[in-house]
Amino acid sequence: MAEETLLADDFLRQLINVGEVDILVGLPTHNNAGTIEPVIRAIQAGILKCFPRERTVIINADGGSRDGTTELVTRASIDDMWNASKVYALRTLHSISTQYAGTPEPGLALRTIFAAADLLRARACVVLSPESTTIETDWLQRLVRPVYDDNFDLVSPIYRRQKFEGVLMRNLLYPMTRAIYGCRVREPYASEFAISGRLATDFLNREIWNDELGRDGAEIFLTVAAITGQYRICQTFLGTKVQPPRSAPDLVAAMRHTVGALFSSLDGNFSFWSPITGSQPVPTLGADSEVTVEPARVNRKRLREMFATGVAELEPVFQSILSASTLSELQRIAQLEIDEFNYPAELWARTVFEFAAAYHRSVMNRDHIVQALVPLYRGRSLTFLLENREANAEDVERSVESLCGEFERMKPYLLEVWADRK
Amino acid sequence: MREIIVAELTKAVTELTQEFAHYLPRLVVMLIIALIGWIIAYVFKALARSILRLTRFSKLSENAGATRLLNQAALPSSTELVSRFVFWVAWVGFVLLGVSVLGIAGLQEYISRFFLFLPRVFVALVILFFGLLAASFFSRAALLAAVNANFRSSRLLSISVRIIISIFALSMVFEVLGVAEQTMLIAFGTAFGAIMLALAIAFGLGGKDLARVFLEKRLISSKKEEKEDELSPL
Repeated sequence: MAEETLLADDFLRQLINVGEVDILVGLPTHNNAGTIEPVIRAIQAGILKCFPRERTVIINADGGSRDGTTELVTRASIDDMWNASKVYALRTLHSISTQYAGTPEPGLALRTIFAAADLLRARACVVLSPESTTIETDWLQRLVRPVYDDNFDLVSPIYRRQKFEGVLMRNLLYPMTRAIYGCRVREPYASEFAISGRLATDFLNREIWNDELGRDGAEIFLTVAAITGQYRICQTFLGTKVQPPRSAPDLVAAMRHTVGALFSSLDGNFSFWSPITGSQPVPTLGADSEVTVEPARVNRKRLREMFATGVAELEPVFQSILSASTLSELQRIAQLEIDEFNYPAELWARTVFEFAAAYHRSVMNRDHIVQALVPLYRGRSLTFLLENREANAEDVERSVESLCGEFERMKPYLLEVWADRK
Repeated sequence: MREIIVAELTKAVTELTQEFAHYLPRLVVMLIIALIGWIIAYVFKALARSILRLTRFSKLSENAGATRLLNQAALPSSTELVSRFVFWVAWVGFVLLGVSVLGIAGLQEYISRFFLFLPRVFVALVILFFGLLAASFFSRAALLAAVNANFRSSRLLSISVRIIISIFALSMVFEVLGVAEQTMLIAFGTAFGAIMLALAIAFGLGGKDLARVFLEKRLISSKKEEKEDELSPL
């Protein structure tokens, strides 16, 4: 089997010692010593509390941590949990840490976890982020139960977020995935999710692992694979998601992993998504969105400046990607002062679709196309910020819903520019 | 006297006729070779055009910035230009082959030189094309990286990258063609050194405050600024 060559001999030996399991908990790590302990504790407590009878294994796929992450994982003893909770597991809980070959990449970690799930014939495979410091004991249950009890194949998370967090998710990934694939999955790029054994096996055998983009954007490809493969999908509300303070966002990398992967997924699935109109809701356990309204410190002036500079400096690049009308409209917006700045939803949807079509036609290096979208995204996030400065949770939700509607309405335009071979 | 003139004229005409009769078959052979060469060259042209279209050469050329240059010079598309080039090289080759059949003294050497020079021309063209492609790719990469890092002189940086790579490619082309090798090498070395020196002086003297601010931002307060400026995307 493919996974036998993928997994290291020692790791394979440990997996064979474990035998078949019901639930596999995957933990992809790379230098997460600062946040890993509460996550491990929550996983162990979740297993003891909710799945004491199930055969369970924790697989830590590490990218070569040098801060003692793997030691923390392997050293974490479940005995403390037993003493604290007075609950005893009826099965042995295995915890295995392995270092995957190659450079640290989340995609390689996921591949290792899915290969282990496939080998151990896990009924449910749940992946948790080592940076989720707000993780609660019942996250595990909320993710696993729908797969384990209700035969869902993909359980996607919903978080309680501050209104200006997840801006790319709210302004591009969710609206575009929803409009293209007709499925309202709110977190198409999830760091926490659960999948069935059959989806893990199917996904493991896909071609995406052969190229860097596929590995970097594996989460997006997984969501798309579940939708296009007609797997049963649901969402579950987990709780508060807080970005760890150390990870100041590398916007270009984030765009590559998410938007690049989403654009790339369109090529092979054209026959699936092209006839879809509108979108269908996904079964959701718990709240389908929660927004908190604490203020955020953002330098709006700098955002506007970076948008305006990007539009001016990248004009020759945009001429190859955007239509003349879209470009001239962007140039007009770039002249506006902050008080009157507005990058409207319709223009944003048109911009994104023209970028997707340019990506499809490879009008230039595909990575350059994604990078060129970054300053425009900054402009759109500024509008999102200005529009929702005084907004409450309902207003934010209404704004996102309206943007999604705009993307759905503009989908025929995508089909038009997609076919344009000029 | 009259008879002598007539005899001489007759002799000259006879010799001319003999010479012509001697050359006529060769001329016919040359014309046949040229005609066959034209047909083969035409086939080559059609073949080259198809291959270039299949390999989406026009897109590569567009990426390299060659298409824009050709448009500005009111020349045909890159695909058309290359296929025409193939046609003319092939046909001229056949014509020269035909001419060599005539056995004109001294011409053989030039013909041999022409055929020996052809591979160099091809290599030079390939270097020029990929040089332009690399210049376009890296200048765009520099432009995007600079814009996304909020670097103020993004366009200048991008143009500098394009010029340096283009000069480098051109110097290689001249070296391959054997045209003014030393001059080009010295010119390139001087230009490159001058650009680097200018950049060093500009940054070190003219932009010392900018350099200080840049380094302070990078080394001291980068985390704080990023946290304030960027909205969490995911």
